[in-house]
Amino acid sequence: MAKPLLGGAMKTESDRPEQILRPGNTNCGGCGMSITLRMLTHAAARQHPVQLVIPACCAIVAPGQYPFSAYGAPVVASTFGSAAAVASGLAQVAHMNGEKTRVIAFAGDGGTYDIGMATVSAAAERNEDILYLCYDNEIYGNTGGQRSSATPFGASTSTTPYGKDILKKDILGIMAAHRVPYAASVSLAHPEDALRKMHYALGSTGFRFLHVLSPCPTGWKAEAAEGIELVRLAVRSGLYPVYEVFGGHRMVINVEPEMSLEALEQYFAKQGRFQKSKVRAEDVRASIERSWRDLRGLAALRKEG
Amino acid sequence: MTIELLSANHAAAMAATLAGRANRTGRGFGGGVYPITPQSECIELLCRQEFEKGEVTRVESEHSAMGVCIGLAVGGARTFTASSSNGLAYMTENVYAAAFYRLPIVMMAVNRTLGPPWNIWVDHGDTLLLRDTGWIQLYCEDNQEVFDSVLIGYRLGEDRRVLLPVLVCQDAFVLSHTMMQIDVPAQELVDRFLPVLDLPHRVLERPVTIGGLDFPHGTEVHRRQHAEAIARAVQVYSECQDEFQRVFGRRPADRIVPYRMEDAEVALVSMGTTAATVRTAVDAARARGVKAGGLRVRMYRPFPERELKEALARCARVAILDRDISLGHGGVLWSETRGVTPRDAVVQNYMLGLGGGDIRPRHITGVIDDILGREEAAEPMIMEVA
Ligand code: SF4
Repeated sequence: MAKPLLGGAMKTESDRPEQILRPGNTNCGGCGMSITLRMLTHAAARQHPVQLVIPACCAIVAPGQYPFSAYGAPVVASTFGSAAAVASGLAQVAHMNGEKTRVIAFAGDGGTYDIGMATVSAAAERNEDILYLCYDNEIYGNTGGQRSSATPFGASTSTTPYGKDILKKDILGIMAAHRVPYAASVSLAHPEDALRKMHYALGSTGFRFLHVLSPCPTGWKAEAAEGIELVRLAVRSGLYPVYEVFGGHRMVINVEPEMSLEALEQYFAKQGRFQKSKVRAEDVRASIERSWRDLRGLAALRKEG
Repeated sequence: MTIELLSANHAAAMAATLAGRANRTGRGFGGGVYPITPQSECIELLCRQEFEKGEVTRVESEHSAMGVCIGLAVGGARTFTASSSNGLAYMTENVYAAAFYRLPIVMMAVNRTLGPPWNIWVDHGDTLLLRDTGWIQLYCEDNQEVFDSVLIGYRLGEDRRVLLPVLVCQDAFVLSHTMMQIDVPAQELVDRFLPVLDLPHRVLERPVTIGGLDFPHGTEVHRRQHAEAIARAVQVYSECQDEFQRVFGRRPADRIVPYRMEDAEVALVSMGTTAATVRTAVDAARARGVKAGGLRVRMYRPFPERELKEALARCARVAILDRDISLGHGGVLWSETRGVTPRDAVVQNYMLGLGGGDIRPRHITGVIDDILGREEAAEPMIMEVA
């Protein structure tokens, strides 16, 4: 892989000739999903052709109206819960025909944590040769901002107007428990780690899962320009652990959090969605510390492959 | 050709296997499969087959069974799955999607009562739930017809003028678990009948979005194209029948199948295996001087409106036998067929055999007696036969 310039934010001559997400898309400014797709473009550079399966979510509104498509790769728009199943079929045809095409299921948290859960789990169990990437904006963004099981504690949504009082699902834990070849969380604030993971995931075979915390200025009621900063705060505070799991076993923590309460306070303060519930860093500190104790324990046990 | 003793479930699996192998020089064959009584024997047999270029995927739900078929089909493979009853209801969202993507998937459906309360016996309500999905629907009367319909389903659905999925329906247990002699053709013949699938809109490297976003005008155009394609299936089906006959030496049934209708004054319209019982009752009625005739609807979508209208033109009484009910209305077959009956005819709806009640000739004779005694039609009637 050619070295990405400016941490992956710049186009280089070794890129795919075409961006995966081209100009003309309808995403909100500052959308983390746009950044994810841009990084995916870099990661897919000089790799095999890619095909995307995208269920109902912001990413399938993004390409615009038929017959136009802002995607620079073939896309199948699947039903909401079906991305992993449709991608399985598509990958099987490529496989049967000796084609090196990489099939990517690209879904939001609704399509992954909620309505698609059984289907994602089954495709992982079968170890289908797909890369399943969940861009997690922690909300049903496309339908106007309702809570999902990825919505974090304390966040107001249109269906939890006073703030959600339940913790979000541990999706990476769930997927790693399927003992898939690769499962990792990706921080958009750490582009080199992010690109490395995307590149590795694209190049490996079997079921690979990437979880991306995807800032959504619209749903998070935050400044469009601050998305990356918010992700950085989530990582620094320990709220968003960045790690990878190989084969459901060997576990590597990629970014050491500072466990900074101040970062957590800032994370909450910069987002309108946390204002109603008045959630404080203190309220979630214990749960963050508990998850990190578990993570560190597991990582220590699972140093070897 | 060899003659084998097969249930309709196994007949469908064998036909799908032969059709799948016929695409070995194309993009291959596959499908997502999931068990449900009384269909499971079909996918079990399919899972025991070997394919030079193909694989069957054991998924976690009917919804994903169709999802995997969609993925395979959009990549250009030939695909098959099977389901029944609540499985079809659960799958419905993707059943629509398959048709909207214009993918020539073939699915075998064993007609079974929807629940709860759970009931595993025959009722047509499950596939009639899928009436408006844009699939071609064929209802079968015996196992050979199930076998032949799967093969002709591929030829019809894959025709460039059509490009639509095809649903092959058969009655739970009456056919699904009953063994009959089946003519199973050799692979070379199937290869001749089913050219390799070449899906014009399969995804490759061109950056198109299949599905995507339609505004109202886009949908108007897409629905019109879909409606025109399914209308073309009428003509293409008759060409497929000719070709089937040329290759296999027998002719699959027409869209509607009349029995002693030439001079019939009382017509009995039905679908599936009810039609066989109707024939027995028609013979008995004829023996006592009643000019009765049977009419079986084999292709329910596209609806054989013109054929039914012609066949019923001289009937004074038309009994429409539904093995289904649209609650709050009446039988589904009745609600559509009554629109093509002669204006002054007595058209009465009889819903019988709901939930798998065993329809016997005496029940049909009762229907004939009832309609003969009527000056005008009454509300749709539910007959208890069980
Ligand atoms: S609503 Fe959120 S996730 Fe959706 S396009 Fe806008 S910023 Fe992106």
